[in-house]
Amino acid sequence: MLFFSYFKDLVGREVTVELKNDLAIRGTLHSVDQYLNIKLENTRVVDQDKYPHMLSVRNCFIRGSVVRYVQLPPEEVDIELLHDATRREAR
Amino acid sequence: MMIAFSTLVLLPILAKLVMLLGDGRHLLGLLRSFDQFASIVLEGACERVIVGDLYCDIPLGLNVIRGENVVLIGEMDMEKEELPSHMTAVSTAEIKRAQKAGRDATYLKGSMKNIMKSLDID
Repeated sequence: MLFFSYFKDLVGREVTVELKNDLAIRGTLHSVDQYLNIKLENTRVVDQDKYPHMLSVRNCFIRGSVVRYVQLPPEEVDIELLHDATRREAR
Repeated sequence: MMIAFSTLVLLPILAKLVMLLGDGRHLLGLLRSFDQFASIVLEGACERVIVGDLYCDIPLGLNVIRGENVVLIGEMDMEKEELPSHMTAVSTAEIKRAQKAGRDATYLKGSMKNIMKSLDID
């Protein structure tokens, strides 16, 4: 629940989602669900020439189970808030 | 809770999609249905095989794909170019040959590396 709430607060931010198959996609976080499935808008693949399949894709849905990393800009991350939330969850 | 997933996928219903599967395959088609596991019904599906600058669309018809194999579902923007202009369409037989050539090259590279390793050559 913690990361679901966290990602809900990050809706509208630019993120880079790196998948387990090494594909990295940059886009605006549109929505997230309880499985941490991610919907991105305005997407562009980080290494476009390596993945020509995705050239015309601007919005995509990514299944939560295939995400390796969600890269966020450091200014947007409030460490203290995350610490507090983690402590609350652990109780 | 299924509502959350529905809002994610509902938008591109009936839209032309690119779907990436867990085994690396790329499918194109029209989204007809989905469920809470991200299982998909894809109509008019074709598998787009890309090897270097060659590509081939292999028609598959109506498919049901189990959710655990789905990696990514992308909505194709009809106004944008589907593929880079330097790519050429080839027949199924030719793309299969190109794929096999790629696999053989990888295997050869792998076996050469192993031979070098066993001979302890830097």
